[in-house]
Amino acid sequence: MSLLAVNLLDGLVTGLLLFMLCSGLTLIFSMMGVLNFAHASFYMLGAYFAYQISTYVGFWPGLIIAPVAVGIAGALIERYGLRRVHQYGHVPELIFTFGLALLIEEVVQFFWGKSHMAYYEPEVFKFAAFSIAGNAFPAYKVFMIFVAIAIFLVLLYILTRTRVGLIIQAALSYPATVQNLGHNVPLVFMGVFGVGTAMAGLAGVIAGPVLGTFPGMAVVLGSIVFVTIVIGGLGSLWGALIASLLIGWMQTFAASYNVTMADILMAVGIDKPVDLSDNALRDLWTLTLPQIGPILPYLLMVLVLVIRPRGLLGKRET
Amino acid sequence: MSAVSDAEAARRGKSGLFSLAKTAPWFIAAVLLICLPLVFNSGAGFTVMNQMAITIIFALAYNMLLGQGGMLSFGHAVYMGLGGFFCVHLMNMVEYDGLMLPLPLLPLFGGLFGLLFAFIIGSFSTRRAGTVFAMISLGVGELIASLSIIVVAFFGGEEGVSGDRTMGPEVAGFDFAQQSEVYYLTAAWLFISALAMFLYSRTPIGRISNAVRDNEERAEFLGYSQRYVRWISFCASGFFAGIAGGLFAINFEILTEENLNLATSGSILLITFLGGVGFFLGPVIGAIVFTLLQTVLSLYTEIWALYVGLLFVLTVMFFPSGLAGVIAIHVRPWQLGKIGLLAAPYLKMIVPAALFVFSCAAVLEILFHARHAALGEEEMWLYGLTINSQGVWPLTIAIAIAVVSLIILKRLAPSLKEAWDEANHQETGS
Amino acid sequence: MRKLTGLLLGVAIAGLTATASFAADTIKFAFIDPLSGPFAATGQQGLSQYKFAADELVNKKGGVLGKEFEIVAFDNKISPKESLIQLQVAIDQGIRFIVQGNSSGVANALTDAIKKHNKRNPDARVLFLNYSAVDPALTNDKCNFWHFRFDANADIKMDALTDIIAANDDIKKVYLIGQDYSFGKAVAAAAVKMLGEKRPDIEIVGNELHPIGRVKDFTPYARKIMSSGADAMITGNWGADMVGLGKSVIAAGYDNPIYTYYAAADGITKTFGADGKGKVKLVGEGQLNPPPNDRADAYAKAFKAKYPDTDIGQPRIANVMEMLAKAIDQAGSDTDMVAIGKALEGMEHDSLWGTKVFMRPDDHQVIQNVHILAHTDDGVSHDFDNSGYGLVVESTVEMASADAPTTCKMDRPE
Repeated sequence: MSLLAVNLLDGLVTGLLLFMLCSGLTLIFSMMGVLNFAHASFYMLGAYFAYQISTYVGFWPGLIIAPVAVGIAGALIERYGLRRVHQYGHVPELIFTFGLALLIEEVVQFFWGKSHMAYYEPEVFKFAAFSIAGNAFPAYKVFMIFVAIAIFLVLLYILTRTRVGLIIQAALSYPATVQNLGHNVPLVFMGVFGVGTAMAGLAGVIAGPVLGTFPGMAVVLGSIVFVTIVIGGLGSLWGALIASLLIGWMQTFAASYNVTMADILMAVGIDKPVDLSDNALRDLWTLTLPQIGPILPYLLMVLVLVIRPRGLLGKRET
Repeated sequence: MSAVSDAEAARRGKSGLFSLAKTAPWFIAAVLLICLPLVFNSGAGFTVMNQMAITIIFALAYNMLLGQGGMLSFGHAVYMGLGGFFCVHLMNMVEYDGLMLPLPLLPLFGGLFGLLFAFIIGSFSTRRAGTVFAMISLGVGELIASLSIIVVAFFGGEEGVSGDRTMGPEVAGFDFAQQSEVYYLTAAWLFISALAMFLYSRTPIGRISNAVRDNEERAEFLGYSQRYVRWISFCASGFFAGIAGGLFAINFEILTEENLNLATSGSILLITFLGGVGFFLGPVIGAIVFTLLQTVLSLYTEIWALYVGLLFVLTVMFFPSGLAGVIAIHVRPWQLGKIGLLAAPYLKMIVPAALFVFSCAAVLEILFHARHAALGEEEMWLYGLTINSQGVWPLTIAIAIAVVSLIILKRLAPSLKEAWDEANHQETGS
Repeated sequence: MRKLTGLLLGVAIAGLTATASFAADTIKFAFIDPLSGPFAATGQQGLSQYKFAADELVNKKGGVLGKEFEIVAFDNKISPKESLIQLQVAIDQGIRFIVQGNSSGVANALTDAIKKHNKRNPDARVLFLNYSAVDPALTNDKCNFWHFRFDANADIKMDALTDIIAANDDIKKVYLIGQDYSFGKAVAAAAVKMLGEKRPDIEIVGNELHPIGRVKDFTPYARKIMSSGADAMITGNWGADMVGLGKSVIAAGYDNPIYTYYAAADGITKTFGADGKGKVKLVGEGQLNPPPNDRADAYAKAFKAKYPDTDIGQPRIANVMEMLAKAIDQAGSDTDMVAIGKALEGMEHDSLWGTKVFMRPDDHQVIQNVHILAHTDDGVSHDFDNSGYGLVVESTVEMASADAPTTCKMDRPE
């Protein structure tokens, strides 16, 4: 029971972190129609920028400066790269971000090399906030939860209570009409892209110390971000939140409970072969839930797409 | 761009399938394939050429989806990989169970296996086009790549499955122990597959696939089920990808998780796009350039992947029709007989352009060396010169050359533009 | 575009056919390991050590047969396919010695390809010097005459590790966790078997595999380990999976030893820092702290002076160079691979690191002292990642697994 509580909290941290990435991505996708493959790369940039800043002035300034720097980089890439490619259509746009993801990874290695960076959480958080049955829950994770929730609330406020938010919301549903109404859509695009990437950068800043800051960190997270927004429904902030939490908990619980295929098969009355070494189905018998945990989101996505292509809370089909 | 060239081809197609103009390129290609080993006769030469041929088949198969069908797949390595795994298992059955299968036929079975899987996966993934198709292909690709680590019985885990190609019956005295013999086998399959894919694109079903790509609703109104058209294209593409997988199995005698994973799927997308999706020859060019970059450039520089990434991003930004598109825009001046007008401005620009590229690369190399080389190892070797990467001067000079050549290029650009317009201008009087 | 293709073809010709013309002056070693991509840090570290060892231990003493050793780097991007291409390129350049270590998957592909190459091309045979890939199969079922392993394999390391655990009566519960692939499985299987033999009373409270390189957050695993009440955990994880697992269990409040294979250098030592002290242990060969002798001390200092950003994470590389020099000298030829191979088999060598090194002829597996090393900052004269932390020898198993059985049936050429 206590383990369940710990897992719920851990899953919440994972889910909220995922949400910080997904919220930006889903805004970008809904407005511009481009699945930004490089989104996780901006997350990586955030972590590296923050690491670099932390070597000079410590963690806290990095929390502000790094996301802003990432956002500016994102806006510039939108202005001088993506906008140029936009005229050729969606496929080249997607391929552009795909290439950008590769390029950013190479650029990061060019400057910081290939090793893990020694990027730590600030000293004030180096204690266990509380512990449940011997399992310590680090204070830093509590901080992560609060940052993520704060971001969500700010975003919700902007989207529902401000004029900019109204334009963005309108553009989510009727992009062409908004343009016809005379709004400077390219500027809105650049702003949304900049803010979206800045949020990915912020996620990198606060996740870097926990999940590690290394050149492969974008790839590890990479495609799971798309999976999440596709499951949640493109263009839906609430959908992104629900899907993020769903995947966060799904992955946490899958890794936590050693359900094996052998148990399931024997429960339904199939006998385990005595000698597995040469059995063609031997891998099925030894399969465990933690083994397949990381691919469950992909399975879920394929199912969602086949059954309900607009996703859980999607407003329109892609 | 592609619609125009396809329509052009269709118009000319009426003049007969076997006209000289249509068959000549294939003869040239065949002669080239036969003669290449006379130039590149080292073992590595054969390995790289085999690798290239396999990539060409795979890229052409991929372009049946992306270029001809407008379907963006992020998981196409799966079909090549599965075909390859199946072939390695067949090779092992030849070795251990006495299966009498001549090696040259092996790729055909790889193709059939790829077809089978494309048929199964396609049955649900091709229902919709666009992002839904792309994301399903991503999901399926990730699922199968992950399964390949888990299902050791078929995929051999992370070390993969290896075989020995020389264990089958000899064919006309060849046992395929040497790379050169494998080359001719691969080249023959390349020729057959490329021709088959070309002819496929000229069949009615190939044409309808273009129609569905351009406007699925209209195609539907004409009485063609867009879903079945996509499914058929997908199966055909899976078949040829499987052939490429079979050839991979013969050439490398090992298949691993790498053959299925997203990185491989991603690179075939890069290759095809780099070459140009709107042209039949595009993927061929892309495959050749990419293979050279990957295997040869990485011998010379550590940051080769950075160059490939840059090349790719710049291509998407400035030449979205790919390298083949760059060639294609010269066809009109050529037909107008004005290609000569472009020679002088090109010649003028080639020196500063080369200087610009090489000096930019020099800046990157010097910076990289200064940052990552061992302490005390200040000397680096660049374009035959030994320079001090920590010094100020080499970097300054490289930057200066880059800036100056860029300025020269800018100055020369108007004259090229002028010549370009002139070369593309058709005199109405004549 | 055509110009570009022409240019590239020209480069290709130059690259692929520029062969034996300069091959005569030096004895070349093709270093085929990842120099780009996610595992490049380890590859670069190995390359620096090879270059340094070749210069320091061979070339400064006048080389062998009047020739110097030269290390030629090939980037395999940790892909088996690329490794085979680079192998072919290396062979074409007249290189006869192949060194590789990262990833047993690549090693399996290479040993297989080299066996086939030597069978098909008896006049251009090559030797495979495996300095790091520890899958036991390479010197058991998949062994061949051309493959030599200079690292203790996973079974040998586990044998040494379980000796130490068996002697520690405080350990009652052990948790096994590893990456889901051949090496991770080999580690787990060896641990279960050997602990069962040596200390049947130890309870294995967890034995699980997680997907390799795909786990973003190890916290759920850490929770399971905590609630199992383990007194010790054993993992064969490397790279990002090692860092992620280690950080998560320490953050979850785990305070017992973590026995690892690869939790040092390439940024890992620095990342663990003070948190890992007293917890992270490593089983491996080679002794840097305390320095076994003045020569090793001087060697490590000289290495650090030349390569301040990297470390001697794989001390066995020095053995590879010294033993090869001896073998080539004994064979009196740098091209007769059969003679060199036979000279290498059964060779006894006094290592720089204060141990005897014996190349067992039955399976071409090196037998040497294996240590349990502790991650700490006490008594560290040669640290890793310039962090002040390093590995100090805690206990030693002399000539570990010297008489362990092998299933290898060595097929020797005439």
